[in-house]
Amino acid sequence: MAKFEYAPAPESRAVVDIKPSYGLFINGEFTESQGGSAFKSISPATEEVLAEITSASDADVDRAVAAARRAYNGVWGRMSGADRGKYLFRIARILQERAREFAVLESLDNGKPIKESRDVDVPLAAAHFFYHAGWADKLDYAGLGTNPRPHGVVGQVIPWNFPILMLAWKIAPALATGNTVVLKPAETTPLTALLFAEVVQQADLPPGVVNIITGAGATGQAIVDHPDIDKLAFTGSTGVGKMIARSIAGTRKKATLELGGKAANIVFDDAPLDQAVEGIVNGIFFNQGHVCCAGSRLLVQENIAADVEKRLKRRLETLRVGDPLDKNTDVGAINSKAQLQRIVELTAAGEAEGAERWDNGCELPSKGFWFRPTVFTGVSQGHRIAQEEIFGPVLSVLTFRTPHEAVAKANNTPYGLSAGIWTEKGSRILWMADQLRAGVVWANTFNKFDPTSPFGGYKESGYGREGGRHGLSAYVTTGDSK
Amino acid sequence: MSPTAQSAGTGTRVDVRKTYKLYIGGKFPRSESGRSYEVVDGRGRFLANAAQGSRKDARDAVVAARGAFAGWAGATAYNRGQVLYRVAEVMEGRRSQFVDEVRASEGVAERRAETIVSQAIDRWVWYAGWTDKLAQILGGLNPVAGPYFDISAPEPTGVVAVLAPQRSSLLGLVSVLAPVICSGNTAVVLTSELRPLPAITLSEALATSDVPGGVINLITGRTAEVAPWLASHRDVNAIDLTGAADAEGLKWGDLELAAAENLKRVVRPAGEGADAVEPDWSRTPDLSRITPFLETKTVWHPKGR
Repeated sequence: MAKFEYAPAPESRAVVDIKPSYGLFINGEFTESQGGSAFKSISPATEEVLAEITSASDADVDRAVAAARRAYNGVWGRMSGADRGKYLFRIARILQERAREFAVLESLDNGKPIKESRDVDVPLAAAHFFYHAGWADKLDYAGLGTNPRPHGVVGQVIPWNFPILMLAWKIAPALATGNTVVLKPAETTPLTALLFAEVVQQADLPPGVVNIITGAGATGQAIVDHPDIDKLAFTGSTGVGKMIARSIAGTRKKATLELGGKAANIVFDDAPLDQAVEGIVNGIFFNQGHVCCAGSRLLVQENIAADVEKRLKRRLETLRVGDPLDKNTDVGAINSKAQLQRIVELTAAGEAEGAERWDNGCELPSKGFWFRPTVFTGVSQGHRIAQEEIFGPVLSVLTFRTPHEAVAKANNTPYGLSAGIWTEKGSRILWMADQLRAGVVWANTFNKFDPTSPFGGYKESGYGREGGRHGLSAYVTTGDSK
Repeated sequence: MSPTAQSAGTGTRVDVRKTYKLYIGGKFPRSESGRSYEVVDGRGRFLANAAQGSRKDARDAVVAARGAFAGWAGATAYNRGQVLYRVAEVMEGRRSQFVDEVRASEGVAERRAETIVSQAIDRWVWYAGWTDKLAQILGGLNPVAGPYFDISAPEPTGVVAVLAPQRSSLLGLVSVLAPVICSGNTAVVLTSELRPLPAITLSEALATSDVPGGVINLITGRTAEVAPWLASHRDVNAIDLTGAADAEGLKWGDLELAAAENLKRVVRPAGEGADAVEPDWSRTPDLSRITPFLETKTVWHPKGR
């Protein structure tokens, strides 16, 4: 049967109004940098320049932290939980009202398909604010310990894969617990965070409670090293996470780190195979594989490996790769040239080390950063593509015979963020879930997220949890005051 | 009349002294380095030669702790609670020995030593009761917005290195050790450097309390010498730096720096800034020494007909 042709179904970008340049959002208003430089944010799908962004200087970081401290001491740290909660409810509602705008801007700046930014990123971001709003005046019931109270000023550095969603994961619990925030979005995806600054203004949040400063690694380091920061929250690579852990060693700064992963998605021979194949595809090709908890290692039981491989490839040939703003697009653009180069390098290593490479052969746009959905078979545990986080649409397939072998292979990684299990046998799911050293285990599903559900890793995937009652604990100190 | 001073026909009996050794993998080896160091009482009088643990001893202890982890973490919480309670029972039966050693090590009066030993025993009982309650207190069902069963529960983080307090040789030790193992972690403990003897006597109680070999490993010696090897060890999941307070020649910040290499969970010593102070161990404990060594695992499953 011939494939159905899809007519283009582009989402209109008229809904967004991108300014030519952006300053830094400090103390409730956009301000010029003091001695910082500028860089450009581009659309990874077209390489079109979207806006000029400020690279904040140390002096800017200093101003932002000072504004956050004033806001903490003057108003936010002493405001009633009920009132803090109402501000968060306002933010949640404004995000819902402006959802389409955020979704389009996110897809433009990040390259992810509009169906994902529209149906996942933005609704979940609003849900995070709504969930945490309710906690603000109920912290005594959260079981975190006696006398829960904020740390003070929190520095937050977030990645480019889920820009507005990661902002929500960071800011919502921080504000609910009474902390004030200095947040830096990733340098390749600053636009939705800067649009969020407008939401903060519309919600009439007191000046300085949320400060958003842009820049690259040096700006992030300045936040980490600032002596008046009480707590850090970081999502990003394990390499940078270790740098942060070293930077704060010997200080009294608190930190939560949500880092990389190399999740095993384990398929047993009794699994519902069509569902499993959808789960495998969702696990690694959702968001172009730019997902820390991506199911990047498929562990498939040996006796069904050939069958699963055949079904998987057939399914991947139907994936639509291209314009992120097209509502039919399944896989969008790679977020940056640097990330594309990393994916190219690691996949080349996969071939060089002897794994068999396959891709879906789809046409790619001539401009922008793109990578075909790719599958490696015949992968062994020592291969770089089985050990290192690729952070792209690349799946490594390994096989196993027994549940014990699956567990041993799944756990054979310094990471421990997530894992997937596909089987119809309930007792095996529960046994496997106990054995897997990973913070999130998806059984007969994958890549599900919710504000009520704690997320975070074991081992070198970082420490601390985000979401749920557990996520609050990182933002409060308890017990008797000294 | 105490048995150690029993008179015989020819005069006072010569008592049999104890050799204080390490406790690794359920056995009592000397240090592989062959070294020992002199332990003295509060007035500087000789008490014993303790084994001076080495880097190799620490590594052996980590291997033992890793080997014991799956069994201990996989034991039922009820079972772990009974084992911890058993430690309290065995200590109670040997309390006079603990009182004597705490008196000698810490230079306190007998009444004070009695109180310390009582508190140490009671602390085991307190933590024994926690083993089968943590999952309900710290975990639960997550009401996600979709047709999914979603549950979170705490799990032990793995092998935990513990720098035991320098001053409180028994109560302090139990106060940092019991919370680590009650949830299913296994431990490698550096005892108080200058007051190690009650720790070794504790290990004799542990060995007869059904604590599986390797779950708790105790190393006596120079804290500043051995601690860095545990802080940088890639198969250690977490480190408690409480005992950095008053440890000679040791900066806890250096240990935290080394621990960052594999992102160990770190419990910093109490105090402000770079200072480290030993807490008041007589205070009622809370969950704050249990939770840093736990991971939250969240499991999702769809609901359907």
